[in-house]
Amino acid sequence: MPADRTLDRLRAAADVVRTAGEHDTVAGVPARYVAAPRDTGQAAALLRAAAALDLAVAFRGGGTKQDWGSPPRRLDLILDTTALTGVVEHAAGDLITVVRAGTRLDELPATLAGAGQQLALDAPLPGGTVGGAVATNTSGPRRMLYGTVRDLLIGVTLVRADGVVAHAGGKVVKNVAGYDLGKLVTGAYGTLGLITECAFRLHPLPATVAYVSRAVDDLAEAGRLAGTVRAAQLVPTALEVDAPAGGPATVTVLLEGTPAGVTARAAAARRLLGADATAADQPPDGWARCPWRDGDVGLKLTAALSGVPRLLSEARAAADRQNLPLALRGSAGVGVLYAGLPGASDPERVAGLVDALRATTAAVGGHTVVLTAPAPVRDRVDLWGPVHGLELMRRVKQRFDPDARLAPGRFVGGI
Amino acid sequence: MSTTTTDLDALAAALRAAIGADRVISDRQELRTYECDGLAQYKVIPALVALPADAEQCAAVVRACVAAGTPFVARGSGTGLSGGALPRADGVLVVTSQMRDILEIAPDDERAVVQPGVINLAVTRAATPHGYYYAPDPSSQQICSIGGNVAENSGGAHCLKYGFTTNHVLGVELVTPDGDRVRLGGRAPDAPGYDLLGAFVGSEGTLGIATEVTVRLTRLPESVRTLLAAFETTDEAGAATSAIIAAGVVPAAVEMMDALAIEAAEAAVQCGYPAGAGAVLIVELDGPDPEVAAQFGQVESLCRENGAFEIRIAADDAERALFWKGRKSAFAAVGRISPDYIVQDGVIPRTALSEVLRRIGELSAERGIRVANVFHAGDGNLHPLVLFDAAVEGETVRAEEVSGAILDLCITHGGSITGEHGVGMDKAKYMPRMFTDDDLDTMQLLRCAFDPDGLANPGKVFPTPRLCGEVPGRRKGVHPAQEAGLAEVF
Ligand SMILES: Cc1cc2nc3c(=O)[nH]c(=O)nc-3n(C[C@H](O)[C@H](O)[C@H](O)COP(=O)(O)OP(=O)(O)OC[C@H]3O[C@@H](n4cnc5c(N)ncnc54)[C@H](O)[C@@H]3O)c2cc1C
Ligand SMILES: Cc1cc2nc3c(=O)[nH]c(=O)nc-3n(C[C@H](O)[C@H](O)[C@H](O)COP(=O)(O)OP(=O)(O)OC[C@H]3O[C@@H](n4cnc5c(N)ncnc54)[C@H](O)[C@@H]3O)c2cc1C
Repeated sequence: MPADRTLDRLRAAADVVRTAGEHDTVAGVPARYVAAPRDTGQAAALLRAAAALDLAVAFRGGGTKQDWGSPPRRLDLILDTTALTGVVEHAAGDLITVVRAGTRLDELPATLAGAGQQLALDAPLPGGTVGGAVATNTSGPRRMLYGTVRDLLIGVTLVRADGVVAHAGGKVVKNVAGYDLGKLVTGAYGTLGLITECAFRLHPLPATVAYVSRAVDDLAEAGRLAGTVRAAQLVPTALEVDAPAGGPATVTVLLEGTPAGVTARAAAARRLLGADATAADQPPDGWARCPWRDGDVGLKLTAALSGVPRLLSEARAAADRQNLPLALRGSAGVGVLYAGLPGASDPERVAGLVDALRATTAAVGGHTVVLTAPAPVRDRVDLWGPVHGLELMRRVKQRFDPDARLAPGRFVGGI
Repeated sequence: MSTTTTDLDALAAALRAAIGADRVISDRQELRTYECDGLAQYKVIPALVALPADAEQCAAVVRACVAAGTPFVARGSGTGLSGGALPRADGVLVVTSQMRDILEIAPDDERAVVQPGVINLAVTRAATPHGYYYAPDPSSQQICSIGGNVAENSGGAHCLKYGFTTNHVLGVELVTPDGDRVRLGGRAPDAPGYDLLGAFVGSEGTLGIATEVTVRLTRLPESVRTLLAAFETTDEAGAATSAIIAAGVVPAAVEMMDALAIEAAEAAVQCGYPAGAGAVLIVELDGPDPEVAAQFGQVESLCRENGAFEIRIAADDAERALFWKGRKSAFAAVGRISPDYIVQDGVIPRTALSEVLRRIGELSAERGIRVANVFHAGDGNLHPLVLFDAAVEGETVRAEEVSGAILDLCITHGGSITGEHGVGMDKAKYMPRMFTDDDLDTMQLLRCAFDPDGLANPGKVFPTPRLCGEVPGRRKGVHPAQEAGLAEVF
């Protein structure tokens, strides 16, 4: 076998590098090398070496969402965070934790629950990492009360494209010293730097929870009910609509609090939702899960709150016109819905639907983003749609990654 | 960046042509009105003041500044406490006080759209008839502007539960430092792309000028209950705070005042706090009736268990207002018991509270400088009021030393040099104590992306701003522009 000087030089930086296997791809693009640094220092050394060698780099956590976003234009090295794990600190009295980026989100509850606390992101898709969750800024139902990753992240350590290590924020909840770079890298899909450590604010675990659900015949009704619940004094943790293709829809309200309080509020919620509403202490099927499977088309639709009923009904009508079975599920209480289509759907029809959805979401102040799709669909549609402030975003990317080596092409506007 | 008189005359003429003569101030006497913000120890008379009427005029002002290579500083109500809106002697101060329209209150969207000069409390006043309010409530809420709140990421007594400005601002339209108008975020959540909105909030006017702000409106709570608990020591009050948090209760607010702060408040507003208290806590719970009822009893007993010798429960809104009056007027009140004072704004992990307060007490005794403590106990945001008399030889210096030592104490405990008042001009020199050169260089990358020529509020936040073209890591001495700026400070 001929000597591989690039591999040697990467190994000299940190001896945690191997040649890539057939599964080491990002959105279908194969890599040449995979490195799994164990700490921030090794990650920095590897990124410095990659810079010197002009290698294109993509980051990987659990690998559950490598097919989100566009494929990178070029790719040499995957920096894998699965060895960069562990809880660095859990200061229970201060309601904060500091966690390494490769830590699996589904491992945190066990650590935190002992102190009666939680990181209020929803029950993870199996295998997703903290870094991946931050980088994709996805959210589940409980964002209505707790906010999203961007609201819970209070400090971050990142390694820049040139291997320089930077910190922003810290581990106190209240802090306005310097720029909030944590927000900048949240949802950046790894195009600005590698996140190696995150500090989060925590919340107490609620003493009691109740899921109050009601089946509804049509989506307009679901939208109306969501509005009624919002205007009441229930303070729900989540307000979800689940509308599978071809089946009845369900509206679910999640209430959390003291035993006495939750009992009273659940009763009030049932009165609001209607006589046949039911209360349970377990989530309904599919709760906090995307309404699509691997290989399907996954979309994110957003709207101003008052536009949610319109978005729900128009999305379904547009899918019917294209003869596509559209599953809708999401946070009607905040104006974020996810939608799924079978992966085998005709790309032309999907493109037609995406156009219609863009028109509707624009009319209600929101956006349609194609999060994931099989290659034939990806080739036919613009994944991100129109983006405000794109020119500024390009300038930010240019400063942080002047040689465009971090997952080039993966993000909005070809960033 | 030296601006000559002829350059200035030309710029003034350009501004008058762009936005109208009555919107440009160049008379030295009138300019004096704007020589400082809430931090009055720094004063600089701006070269010019512009008062744009709308976003387009604001952009025109910035474009004129860019064309002339003149720095500009945004100013809202000028209540900032870190010298963020301190003018530049060679620059234009862009004042938003004529941009005060509430453009829209949309309760069905839980949103309001306002111009940047709108006063914080005005948003709540406009939303209340619809059953909503604007949650971030800095103590200055009767006078500070939303634009200033966005720039400072302001907090208030209710951040513990409801978060800071950044959690409530959903969109801005800004004029970038090169004069473009850009929209970030808006009515719906999660706009695609980088979260530049998140980066802009708290950037203290260094990334551009906000010309329109979309804020979240929060449903008015069904029920609010407030208690005031008196303790003999701050240790006990701190322990009560920790016990409340440990019990899983998230109060809307937990505020603490120590004996000296109480004395000052009594002297100013006669709030009638329990006699002989070494510390008082104000604890407020809000939310659905049944939740508040269940938790309020728990909070009350936790206060008693931790040594509260008197507990008062507000019977109505008037009594609640009285509890808060002492707290909200504390900053101004110390003026009654000391000729001069520094309002400090450090943050510590809440669990370090007793230790840090004790150390502040020692510092105070060692240096012969009194320190009154008023703070957001729930989130560890201290506001030590460092009292001194500038007329007494050496006291000013000692007070500044104590004030700086308190910040070091915060950093040592893993905290921050500012929780809500911002870095501004005042704390730029402390930034390297909290952040490494690499951290600061990385923040500069963002700055340079927005403002390659460094015209937006230069000399604030960062100690030695490098020019954007400079090779990272090679640091020169003090930037000449900053040096020039400093020379005018008196
Ligand atoms: C409705 C909905 C609800 C969801 N709820 C949850 C939930 O509650 N909890 C949850 O875990 N997930 C949830 N997800 C999915 C989830 O947010 C992320 O997609 C997942 O956590 C990705 O993790 P990963 O480690 O597998 O990332 P990967 O697939 O490995 O990477 C995803 C992207 O992040 C980048 N990246 C990964 N690690 C880093 C890093 N350290 N630094 C910089 N960039 C990096 C990658 O380059 C890539 O672009 C939800 C998704 C949806 C649609
Ligand atoms: C008595 C008193 C109590 C206070 N209590 C609190 C408190 O509880 N919590 C708290 O957080 N603060 C508090 N403050 C500080 C101050 O009120 C806040 O920082 C406030 O947000 C400043 O708003 P302003 O409109 O006065 O801004 P200014 O002082 O005019 O400006 C502040 C900063 O914002 C920038 N800026 C202003 N407008 C814009 C704009 N449109 N676009 C971009 N940048 C802009 C300026 O350049 C400057 O850097 C208090 C101040 C006082 C005097």
